[in-house]
Amino acid sequence: MRRLLPLYVVAFYLFLHLPIAILAVFSFNHSRFTVWEGFSLRWYRAAFEDPQLAEGALNSLIIAVAATAMATAVGTLAAYGLWKRGSPLLAGSLYLSLVTPEIVMGVSLLAFYQWLFRFPGLRLGLHTVILAHVTFSLAYVVVVVLARLRTLDPALEEAAMDLGATEWGAFRTVTLPALAPGIAAAALLAFTISFDDYVITSMVAGVDSETLPMVIYAMARRGANPVLNAISAVIVFGLGALVLVSERLRAR
Amino acid sequence: MSNVGPVLELRNLTKDYPGHRALDGVSLEAPPGAFYALLGPSGCGKTTTLRLIAGFEPPTAGDIFLDGERINDRRPYERNVSTVFQNYALFPHLTVRGNVEYGLRRRGFDGLERRVREVLELVQLTGKDSRYPSEISGGERQRAALARSLVLAPDVLLLDEPLSALDPNLRKQVRAELKQLQRRVGITFLFVTHDQEEALSLSDRVAVMHRGRIEQIGAPEDVYLRPRTRFVASFLGAVNWLDGAGIRPEATRISRTAPAAGTRSLPATVERCVFLGNCLQVEARLATGQTVVAETSRLDGGFTAGESVHLWWRAADELLFPAEG
Amino acid sequence: MKRLRRAFLAPAWAVIGALFLGPLALVGLYSFLTRGAYGGLGQPWTLENYTRLLDPLYGAILVRSFLMAGAATAVCLLLAFPVALWIARAGPRRNLYLQLVIIPFWTSFLVRTYAWMFLLRDTGLFNTALQALGLIDEPLPLLYTPGAVLLGLVYGFLPFMVLPVYAALERIDRNLLEASADLGARPWATLTRIVIPLSAPGIRAGAVLVFIPCLGAYLTPDLLGGGKQIMIGNLIQNQFTTARDWPFGSAVSLALMLAAMALLVLFARRGAKELL
Repeated sequence: MRRLLPLYVVAFYLFLHLPIAILAVFSFNHSRFTVWEGFSLRWYRAAFEDPQLAEGALNSLIIAVAATAMATAVGTLAAYGLWKRGSPLLAGSLYLSLVTPEIVMGVSLLAFYQWLFRFPGLRLGLHTVILAHVTFSLAYVVVVVLARLRTLDPALEEAAMDLGATEWGAFRTVTLPALAPGIAAAALLAFTISFDDYVITSMVAGVDSETLPMVIYAMARRGANPVLNAISAVIVFGLGALVLVSERLRAR
Repeated sequence: MSNVGPVLELRNLTKDYPGHRALDGVSLEAPPGAFYALLGPSGCGKTTTLRLIAGFEPPTAGDIFLDGERINDRRPYERNVSTVFQNYALFPHLTVRGNVEYGLRRRGFDGLERRVREVLELVQLTGKDSRYPSEISGGERQRAALARSLVLAPDVLLLDEPLSALDPNLRKQVRAELKQLQRRVGITFLFVTHDQEEALSLSDRVAVMHRGRIEQIGAPEDVYLRPRTRFVASFLGAVNWLDGAGIRPEATRISRTAPAAGTRSLPATVERCVFLGNCLQVEARLATGQTVVAETSRLDGGFTAGESVHLWWRAADELLFPAEG
Repeated sequence: MKRLRRAFLAPAWAVIGALFLGPLALVGLYSFLTRGAYGGLGQPWTLENYTRLLDPLYGAILVRSFLMAGAATAVCLLLAFPVALWIARAGPRRNLYLQLVIIPFWTSFLVRTYAWMFLLRDTGLFNTALQALGLIDEPLPLLYTPGAVLLGLVYGFLPFMVLPVYAALERIDRNLLEASADLGARPWATLTRIVIPLSAPGIRAGAVLVFIPCLGAYLTPDLLGGGKQIMIGNLIQNQFTTARDWPFGSAVSLALMLAAMALLVLFARRGAKELL
């Protein structure tokens, strides 16, 4: 029995990683069918030349950067506030947002925006998506930063204040530097979540703010597609690299 | 007990870890019904010895015999020894009763109920059996751990620093209770400690360990009064090293007048006189600059700093050791 | 002093309040309204949207969703537990092994779902391989089946089970395992009588973290089920887009939320406190 466990673990990791690996391998397949016909980059070229994909990627990037910046800022402050003082209500709400099914969050935001549109001049667009992304990323940022804060000694800030720093000064000169890797990790995580989101985004995006996941979804719906393989490989390894860096930062 | 030989025998036990040798040829014999102590500073290998006996780790070399049988290759659950861990390791999700019954259930036992009740009475935990470990005090937790191990009637009971997790003021009382318990149960207790007072007061036999080796085995008085090495002498109690011989502070006499001719003595100047309650501890400086501690009855009156005194001792009280490398 | 601390929490409250709690409340409100003639929202306050859920047509969807989520949770637990156990005992490289589980999870759920589409379709790898080996003559319909959806869900949420179970296992005092062996329990007995009971909080947390998102899954049943394996998530999405019946969609959403919250309160209160 004991000897079976390592075998099982290997099988487990294979199960987890092989599908993506196979996808990536076949993205280099010259043929569009499952038979291997030689190494080729044609699908990558097609992906990069596709205007829809390009626009989607650009939108996703803009949204992710904006949403990450805001979510990280708001989330870090919130994590600090929760660390010092604790607010069961806020913590509970954040946890609720973590476990709320995406579709529910999506439709509720759609309903909210539609209600707002009674005020003239407002419509669905990049900004509605960005705000939505900030909302669902927030809890993740808080979790990561809070975990980092809990490894810090609260006496350090007190020592700083004892030596003359104000509350804000102590935060800025003592806590923030120690927190920096955690904040960076949280930001990378938020970026990844935002970049990849489909469900919520599709509900609150306007006609001219299609994101990369939305384009991909539309393509996938039509069936498997070698261009999809290529773009998938790029996304997986790109985001994978980000997450790897994020994890390393968390470990520091 | 089937035979009259030792219930536990270690022969030349050696344990290596990458980078260092934790045990180097440790041998000892524990007779049935004894309260046996492994005494030594941290890192001397005493806990390693315990773990080897329990079976949590295999020896690199040497043999372990339990009741005459070689048990080197047996897993912990196949050995008739039981361990009381330093932090008791009570299962938090089971009640006291659940903990005590744990090993018994394993063996599908008849008369389980009676055995459990008896052992709970033995450790005075009757009435607390439906509590959880988190709901009872530290002393009670120790008793629960004892009950859990004793109910299995092991050949040897191993205890890892049994008193260190308790409040200091509880220790004397628990010491007495442990001694009593062992007498009643009649099983060999082998316990590990770094506290010489514990070892001396509890045990019938002490093995003093240092750097993976046993330096001396003997009854408490033997080890204290007739230490065989400098290490044993200084670990078991304070020692003044005078003229190459070791003299214990309580054997170091101090007086203002010169002692009778022929007595070993040295002149000294008093540095401090500390009132310890039951005695006076006088620190005096020799001409060589060395500080010596003498214990004297407070009825002798105090000594003041700067006084010139004579330190003297009886030849019989000298602890002599051959030149050690 | 206190004002400064409150200021730290204010932006988060603004976001959560206006963009999460508020909209949820709005949806709650809508669930009691009626669908207007052209798909808008009409006046008569009613409970009809909720009673509609009891209709056997929708009942089938609800039942399928619960069964699917339950099955996915169970499978995740069975698959994840041995791995979590192994990682907890793995020594210094355990962080690496954990990362190898976490990282794929964070790289595009969409792509990972698509990967299975690619593998399971009629001309995909599995069918091609099976045909090449001569085991089958015609491609098996692997895609667009309940099995495919289950596979997709398990694949997607497996790390959510591994992490909490690992955290609970890692926390178990090693001395307890030694004590169990010392008292005569063989390894399997120690596993079932000590390890599993003591890891129960982690199992509970993991189960909740898997069950709830699976219940509200949208992408997986859509892409891997091909519209034939409709779950609650698909139903909600449909009501808010094609069917344009927002009140009904809201009712379903709220029912889903209530189910999720009930599960949380029952099983994972401590887990929430640990996270936040």
